[in-house]
Amino acid sequence: MLERIIELTAETLGANAAEITAETSFMDDLHADSLDLFELAMALEEEFSVEIPSEDLEKITTVADAMNYLTEHQA
Amino acid sequence: MNKEQTITGVIRGTGACVPKRILDNKEIAGFVDTSDEWIRERTGVRRRRIAEKETTVSMACEAGRQAVEEAGISPDEIDMILVATGSPDQIFPCTACRVQEALGADGAVGFDLNAACSGFLFAYNTAQAYIASGIYRTVLVIGSESISRLVDWTDRGTCILFGDGAGAVLLQAAEGKTYRPAAHSDGSGGAALTGPGVRNRIRSIDKDGRESKTEYITMNGKDVFQFAVRKVPQVIQEVLKENELSVEDIDWFVLHQANARIVDAVARRLRIGMEKFPMNLQDYGNTSSASIPILLHELNRNGVLKKGQKLVLAGFGAGLSWGASILEWDIKG
Repeated sequence: MLERIIELTAETLGANAAEITAETSFMDDLHADSLDLFELAMALEEEFSVEIPSEDLEKITTVADAMNYLTEHQA
Repeated sequence: MNKEQTITGVIRGTGACVPKRILDNKEIAGFVDTSDEWIRERTGVRRRRIAEKETTVSMACEAGRQAVEEAGISPDEIDMILVATGSPDQIFPCTACRVQEALGADGAVGFDLNAACSGFLFAYNTAQAYIASGIYRTVLVIGSESISRLVDWTDRGTCILFGDGAGAVLLQAAEGKTYRPAAHSDGSGGAALTGPGVRNRIRSIDKDGRESKTEYITMNGKDVFQFAVRKVPQVIQEVLKENELSVEDIDWFVLHQANARIVDAVARRLRIGMEKFPMNLQDYGNTSSASIPILLHELNRNGVLKKGQKLVLAGFGAGLSWGASILEWDIKG
């Protein structure tokens, strides 16, 4: 799952997948803004069939956060 | 039923009118907490036009006049005038009747149509249906908005986005391919983007004696952004499939000019280069139902569109509503 999240992150945010790890912060390391995160959330929602409400999205700041959230909420 | 050699509406002329007053990002940053950089990065908008002396009617008339002039027809040949607007000067008489009078289109029937930012596209589809059925041959389709008058100028989330203006196309019946449009509504998502109406004329005063502030546009930015980025690529694929075309067959994707980031995300999702997505929102902001015809007029006037090229028009906005239509450009560049 980590690998797929990294791929989607790289694709959505226009970043280099090789430089993304679980610790990578979307906003601090990849300079994502709120609209980037809306888009990334959509990509993750579609890939993993999970809905991420905006109040939950605010708590997801790193790749690891995203992985934990998706693991918890995946049906 | 797919594309057939039959009667279809062909664009013979275009027009546009924007107000004189330019409001740039720096000026907005003078009265709400924002900055030029913030607005540009998140929307692509640099400046917008604000109707001060102009009105929804006056801009509609000027845009319509230009389209009629380019088509080289007499106003009394116009059978129908459709004006898409969500910000009419008056609820009635409708904008189209004022245009009919101003242009001297004595033989035309006119009415307004409101589908917010999808309004022009839906009015265009309506005109095409009247033409395809043989009821009318010459139809003037206008999108005109004074949306700045509905904007809460203390709300930095929305006031940065919008601008005023009008655009028009003159459609005439001709032998050609009929393309089926794709269009949808989802009223269950309507709360994401709302504007005022007559209900807001019922005065309500809160306990501190202030009048309630519901007379403005309200928007949930995340919901609207995700709606657009998800639905627009889908409906473009749908209209292409319906007409047995692929993205490679299309020369230009003329999207409603809501936000550069939406256009960018749509292009990426469709895996199409940005060079096929013309934009002018940097100069005008989101002009709602006027955005597609203003952009079409600029592309036409600048000789960008060549005879025989295929265009996808895609609109999306409050409702929620969204759609896409295909047309073949027939004006010699």
